[in-house]
Amino acid sequence: MAFLEIDQISHDYFTKETATNAIKGVSLNIDEGEFISFLGPSGCGKTTLLSIIAGLLAPTTGKVALKGKKITEPDTQIGYMLQQDYLFPWKTIEENTLLGLRLTKQLNSDNKEYTLALLDQMGLLDVKDSYPSQLSGGMRQRVALVRTLATKPELLLLDEPFSALDYQTKLKLEDLVFETLKNHKKTALLVTHDIGEAIAMSDRIVLFSTRPGKIQRVFDVSESLRSIKPFQARNDSDFSILFQTIWKELNELENKSSQ
Amino acid sequence: MKTKAVNESHANFLAQIKKEKRLMRFWQIMIFILFFALWELAGRLNWIDPLLFSFPSKIWNLMLDKLADGSLLIHVSVTLIETILGFILGTLLGTILATILWWSRLLSKILDPYLVVLNSMPKVALGPIIIVALGPSYGSIIAMGITISVIITTIVVYTAFREVEPNYIKVVKTFGGNKQQTFKEVVLPASFPTIISTLKVNVGLSWVGVIVGEFLVSKQGLGYMIIYGFQVFNFTLVLLSLVIIAVLSAVMYNAVEWLERKLIKH
Ligand SMILES: Nc1ncnc2c1ncn2[C@@H]1O[C@H](COP(=O)(O)OP(=O)(O)OP(=O)(O)O)[C@@H](O)[C@H]1O
Ligand SMILES: [Mg+2]
Repeated sequence: MAFLEIDQISHDYFTKETATNAIKGVSLNIDEGEFISFLGPSGCGKTTLLSIIAGLLAPTTGKVALKGKKITEPDTQIGYMLQQDYLFPWKTIEENTLLGLRLTKQLNSDNKEYTLALLDQMGLLDVKDSYPSQLSGGMRQRVALVRTLATKPELLLLDEPFSALDYQTKLKLEDLVFETLKNHKKTALLVTHDIGEAIAMSDRIVLFSTRPGKIQRVFDVSESLRSIKPFQARNDSDFSILFQTIWKELNELENKSSQ
Repeated sequence: MKTKAVNESHANFLAQIKKEKRLMRFWQIMIFILFFALWELAGRLNWIDPLLFSFPSKIWNLMLDKLADGSLLIHVSVTLIETILGFILGTLLGTILATILWWSRLLSKILDPYLVVLNSMPKVALGPIIIVALGPSYGSIIAMGITISVIITTIVVYTAFREVEPNYIKVVKTFGGNKQQTFKEVVLPASFPTIISTLKVNVGLSWVGVIVGEFLVSKQGLGYMIIYGFQVFNFTLVLLSLVIIAVLSAVMYNAVEWLERKLIKH
């Protein structure tokens, strides 16, 4: 039994006027401690799939199971970091990061200390009493990550966490997140538009087709790339080979859809 | 070197702001003085009918008399308490109603047309009914103050609740938060600025409700002073009441603004 089983998931969105088939028949097994990236054209249903795994959205058909237990509602074992940080502007950084613990009634001195230690690791301890509006985009993303990690989820869902950042900040954060997740032995699902980021950070890369999203292909990242930090991985020779392969496949997908 | 230049231009900037503020204050006070001076002059020189429009020194003397015999203080404190209770309870009740509507989407849809109609109705027209129902007491005057502000508060606050960024709510849901937690952690704090600003509007509305209520009950308070002054043709008394109302509502408005600055830090 895999850690996370995604079994024949399809999802349709209904409005009064339209029915949109967002994803169709997606199946995937993920092992504990794996880092998986989702790549695919815009609108192919990546966020939809993440919301389903997080238990926020019930799929039209199919099921998702975490450690053999079917997911029907949000679970403290799953941490979901949304496409933008959505920090609460009326709360300080510290209060923002403690939100999950408060909501799940796990706010005790141990957990609080753990959260402050995470803030420290991310270099945010000295802004803990500031408000989100006083922070830069990169800092806010890190706060959102701490907020997600504070409840110690075993599975992390990251929806384009670095997309709004400048290149330099992004590279630094990739290393930081990679290290943090490896140290805490977390399983992670990362949605990204950046092929390089997917290769540098993951063990496996799942490429989705255009809407309705289906799994087009799964790429395994070589052992040598997996063992090094994202920044180093980007300079490895294996990196560019895999980059070319995925690039070609993505291009073909987009050409097909534009015809 | 550079920091010195920056400091200097920052100092200039601050001086500029200060200068502007001083100019603003100067003219505000100037207008105040000019208005009263002109009024005094116009009354004394019979440019306006002093029987009808009175003039400041006459009003001032009347105020001293009324203070001396103790009646003014009673009227003022009665009205003040009624007004403060009116706008606080009106805002509170409106917020509670908005919360109930937020809780039940269906209820809010059902009640929507009724709210719109109630809101456009002139609430002071309910005065006689309220007074007969609750008796000619403080209770019915406060009820007037509440009635006049509660519906509009409900509508404005409920709209604010509805417009809260849905992704903030999603964040709470990702942690398994329930409806009550969603309300407490997101919906209410996100709408706080709106609630405070309705408080400001309600200060004004509550004055209207309370004064009309006192007209009708005619026992005590500034509204009673106005009606009484009108009946005995003592317009100095009417104007004294108006001036006091203006001063008190300015003070209350500033108090709410102060509260706003205290509560909303981000
Ligand atoms: N709430 C909704 N109601 C109706 N249609 C929706 C809704 N959310 C998403 N969709 C549609 O479903 C499809 C998949 O959306 P989704 O957000 O999952 O895509 P995505 O892969 O995350 O895209 P992106 O890379 O741009 O973030 C899109 O075509 C979108 O228009
Ligand atoms: Mg998306």
